[in-house]
Amino acid sequence: MKLKQLFPRSRFQGAGFQSFLASAVSIGFGLVFGMILLVCFNISYSGQGFISLISAGFSSSDKFAKVLYQAAPLIMTGLSVGFAFQTGLFNIGATGQYTVGSAFALIGAIELQLPWYVCLLLAMVGGAIWGVFPGLFKALFNVHEVITSIMFNWIGVFSVNFVIVNLSQMLAKDWGLAQMDRTAPLDAANPSAILPKLGLDKLLGSNYMNIGIFIAILFAILMYIILSKTTFGYELKACGFNRNASEYAGVNSKRSIVFSMVIAGALSGLGGGLYYLAGTGQYSLLKALASMGFNGIPVALLASSNPLGTIFSALFISYIQVGGDSMQPEFVREIIDIIISVIIYLSAFSLLMRSVIAKWISPQKAVAEVEQALPDETAAENSTESEATTL
Amino acid sequence: MGEYVIEMLNITKDFPGIRANDDITLRLRRGEIHALLGENGAGKSTLMSVLFGLYQPEGGVIKKDGDVVHIKDPNDANALHIGMVHQHFKLVEIFTVLENIILGVEPNKMGFLQKKEAHRRVVELSERYGLKIDPDALIEDISVGMQQRVEILKMLYRDNEILIFDEPTAVLTPQEIDELMGIMRSFAAEGKSILFITHKLNEIMAVADRCTVLRKGKCVGTVDVKDTDKVKLSRMMVGRDVDFIVEKDDAKPGKTVLEIKNLTVPSKAHKNNAVKNVSFNVRAGEIVCLAGIEGNGQTEFVYALTGLEKPSAGRITLKGEPIVQIGHKRGLQSSASLDKTKPILMPIRHRSKLGMSHIPEDRQKYGLVLDYSLEENLVLQRYWEPEFQNKGFIRKDQVREYADRLIRQYDIRSGQGPVTPARSMSGGNQQKAIVAREIDKNPELLVAVQPTRGLDVGAIEYIHHQLIAARDNGKAVLLVSLELDEVINVSDRILVMYEGEIVGAFDPKDITVQELGLYMAGAKRQSNESEAYSA
Ligand SMILES: Nc1ncnc2c1ncn2[C@@H]1O[C@H](COP(=O)(O)OP(=O)(O)O)[C@@H](O)[C@H]1O
Ligand SMILES: [Mg+2]
Repeated sequence: MKLKQLFPRSRFQGAGFQSFLASAVSIGFGLVFGMILLVCFNISYSGQGFISLISAGFSSSDKFAKVLYQAAPLIMTGLSVGFAFQTGLFNIGATGQYTVGSAFALIGAIELQLPWYVCLLLAMVGGAIWGVFPGLFKALFNVHEVITSIMFNWIGVFSVNFVIVNLSQMLAKDWGLAQMDRTAPLDAANPSAILPKLGLDKLLGSNYMNIGIFIAILFAILMYIILSKTTFGYELKACGFNRNASEYAGVNSKRSIVFSMVIAGALSGLGGGLYYLAGTGQYSLLKALASMGFNGIPVALLASSNPLGTIFSALFISYIQVGGDSMQPEFVREIIDIIISVIIYLSAFSLLMRSVIAKWISPQKAVAEVEQALPDETAAENSTESEATTL
Repeated sequence: MGEYVIEMLNITKDFPGIRANDDITLRLRRGEIHALLGENGAGKSTLMSVLFGLYQPEGGVIKKDGDVVHIKDPNDANALHIGMVHQHFKLVEIFTVLENIILGVEPNKMGFLQKKEAHRRVVELSERYGLKIDPDALIEDISVGMQQRVEILKMLYRDNEILIFDEPTAVLTPQEIDELMGIMRSFAAEGKSILFITHKLNEIMAVADRCTVLRKGKCVGTVDVKDTDKVKLSRMMVGRDVDFIVEKDDAKPGKTVLEIKNLTVPSKAHKNNAVKNVSFNVRAGEIVCLAGIEGNGQTEFVYALTGLEKPSAGRITLKGEPIVQIGHKRGLQSSASLDKTKPILMPIRHRSKLGMSHIPEDRQKYGLVLDYSLEENLVLQRYWEPEFQNKGFIRKDQVREYADRLIRQYDIRSGQGPVTPARSMSGGNQQKAIVAREIDKNPELLVAVQPTRGLDVGAIEYIHHQLIAARDNGKAVLLVSLELDEVINVSDRILVMYEGEIVGAFDPKDITVQELGLYMAGAKRQSNESEAYSA
């Protein structure tokens, strides 16, 4: 099966409702399956666990703030993956772009002591740089973007670790703190780099709350406008759907491909910026790829790559993750991860569901009915023959 | 067993916004060649897809040998020995011919593929019916004609007895068409029954026993071919009389619009050049036709002219402005200093702005973005013009208005009008959409490559009139065609291309189809060519 088929682009109005319904039904299946797993792992707490899984996100304003806090970067990586799909590219490099964006933002904040808005810009630049390479390789040498993206994911992680360790004041220990393997917390290193909270933190009584989610929603709307209302989006999509035809129409397809990847990279990079500039998380020097980038893939899938749908699918996945966190300690972390993955995985079956739903909506007439309605055979024969002779 | 192998009774099939088949009854006799005729979008492919199990009809029944059958998918069709060659082939490009033929019915021993046995059978079948193929070639490397033979072998390999051909001749050269006709006759002689869709009335008269005519989804009737003729058939199909000969006045050529000098284009398929040192002019107010058998360099020539491929040498000017200028041993050095011969390769968009329009040979590869709607495709060459965008934002209302006008004016039929996905349109209407877009751009030079391929006689007549109207408006038209009738009927000047060279230039009034054929086949060539065609 081709990737293109996996990621349909909801192009035609009538399909919009169907894909929403399909996503809803898949989420339902995912939850049912999650419930079954809970029963298997720990039957006595399964009911309670399931309730906290599906209700924790709304259980307190603090939890709700956390849903929004995690949703912001998820929206960005989802937009990144979805935007690339819409323009015919599979951006599996979102995680690398996210990591490099995070690093650029943190270097701006800690090493260079810049304010938050400049750091966000830097995050986009960092992500864009990590997007431009796969774009150039694809455009100039026709190397598939999946291969280069995967390589650049790892190059990204290790370069970032290397640079952060070798800068003079990036790590927490440089600021007199005990932690060895993390960047300095922003409230100690540079409070002006923390995203403004506009009093929302007090309103919801949570330190997690800031303007990040609004920035992410703004970008979702922006991407929607670019893709569906501008000539630029028209060119990028044309190139994604049919590169030959776009060249025939005078579009510079090489430029389009590079632009698509740069934009996708900038979106992921901004996601990294939004996450770390919230001031609540510290970048840790892991030898692993950030899951936030990969989770952009199910977010985009669940939204059929529609930028506005991405807002909702990211909120859903963030909500389930917060719910999962609250199932501890009755369930161990790994089991929760499995359950969440299963829900996300089944949710991504929305394509399958869509074709099923399409069949429900326009059911075939029963064959028996047709047979009864069959007119007398000889009459039919005569009528066609006589019609012919009159001509 | 009764007279009919297949009876499709009162078939009705709806698509969003359109009833593609409306109460159609078609009966196929054993061992007959049954033609299915109808305008583009009349519902022929849909009806055949119903028989092949790709679509489920809303109404009607299908009988095989007198018994009602339910064909839910192509596997059911296959079990009933029904096979189909689709209008757009369904082959896996990166598989070999053999792998494509056995796909789905692979002979195996405990899960291991038994290719040898399959190979033997395929070769045997291909020899028996004269279907020349290379079992080990990759699909992406072979010609369209051979791809079609692969599709036919797929049916034979599955022992199909009812063979559906959906516009098989639209993509073939005249020689290949003759071969195919012969093969179809031999199938019928063996007792296989054939359903044959075509727009070419000559072909129906030549091979078919009976013909069923559809118009706008309805069945007009079934006639015996021996009791009818081309005029009657086309009247049944279009509902009015059709002119086969295009009426036109003599050309009044004006100044030169397109000038081609010593153009050489390398070939992708072989080491030789595909186009060798070709020079000619096209003037305003004339239709110049580049005739030739497929594969003699016309495709590469057009790609170089329109900017899809880079020539290795030569100079092309459009309205006096150089659009291609690439160093050449003899041609260009005479123009003195070196920096003057700095290579020029104008991008496609600029050529288009300068007044070039291009109806491409391959409508699905170049002409359309199939996942875009009809209206989005209709502005594919013009979306950037101020009429359709404002500061980078697409003016959707303008696009809609423009699309509505083209759809009306060019009679582009589709289920949902401007928002119809291009992919769901019938092949002929896709072609009409491209023709409408390119002619309506009001170009100075219209490059039309096989603009009527796959169209019904009514639509062909219309497009020929449009080409002549463009000419009478003082436009230059370069027509590339494989159809001899079209070449002789429409053009004002004929250039014959053979193996990348122009081997003759003629006035259509002075040459017969037979003689033209000799030049196209390379059996004859004009001696002092360079004089003859600089006109
Ligand atoms: N899959 C589809 N979805 C929607 N409309 C379709 C589809 N296939 C065909 N149509 C419409 O049905 C009509 C008949 O099409 P078709 O059978 O392909 O015509 P033709 O006689 O040229 O083969 C056309 O108007 C076409 O646009
Ligand atoms: Mg058709």
